[in-house]
Amino acid sequence: MTAIFFLVFAAFAVFCAINLVVQTHPIASALSLIGVMGSLAVLYLQLGGEFIAAAQVIVYAGAIMVLFVFVIMLLNAGAEGATFQVSRFVKYFGIFLLVGFLGLISFIIQGAMPKTDGVLFGAFQGTSLDVGRKLFTTYLLPFEVTSVLILIAIVGAIVLARKEV
Amino acid sequence: MPNAPVPLSWYLILSAVLFALGVAGFIFRRNIITVFMSIELMLNAVNLSFVTFSYQFKQVDGHIYSFFVMVVAAAEAAVGLAIILTVFKNRATLMIDEVNSMKY
Repeated sequence: MTAIFFLVFAAFAVFCAINLVVQTHPIASALSLIGVMGSLAVLYLQLGGEFIAAAQVIVYAGAIMVLFVFVIMLLNAGAEGATFQVSRFVKYFGIFLLVGFLGLISFIIQGAMPKTDGVLFGAFQGTSLDVGRKLFTTYLLPFEVTSVLILIAIVGAIVLARKEV
Repeated sequence: MPNAPVPLSWYLILSAVLFALGVAGFIFRRNIITVFMSIELMLNAVNLSFVTFSYQFKQVDGHIYSFFVMVVAAAEAAVGLAIILTVFKNRATLMIDEVNSMKY
């Protein structure tokens, strides 16, 4: 069951990622990215990250992608024109090279990982309680620094997008 | 086998594949918004690695790291999209090949 879910959502994520790179219209790319994020949220849930799965859906697929789609609509971004003028040989050879590279990486990862039990849904539950406790004890300083970062980002975004600039 | 476990390396391979696709999009696309979305794809791939290692060590530290990555991504998206708006206002283009005055 775990393996079936993994394969289905991994295949969907890879399909959407390829679609993101291949599509010429930004809106199509944005929708593909939302597909990637949704399937990654499912995989986080499988790995026992319930808090991070919820945050993925709310923060990434909810907030950040809405911002993206909003900017695409605001700028009225159309389809990208003809990209690089490359020959047919280079294009197919590039795809072949990419697949070969990914196969090599997979082989290395497969060989380097220790043989553990594998992932079973429910074997490890990183509950929100654990995450919260650790976030507010061990990682309290980074958490507080994050608030400063967000404040800087807000002020920077307002300054940049102001009318007079 | 009704409930076969998934090898942990499959998650890492998926993460590597998504990261490589993000790099490919970053290099080959010319629309600045699509380039930006490729960066988000790479950040997501790294998050998957964090959560996978978090599962292996049975600790929630990886979840917290990926939470911080999400926060940084949100801040980056806000500032980056503001920069894109400003560039579009001044140049009336979204193609990165045409925004090249710092190159010369």
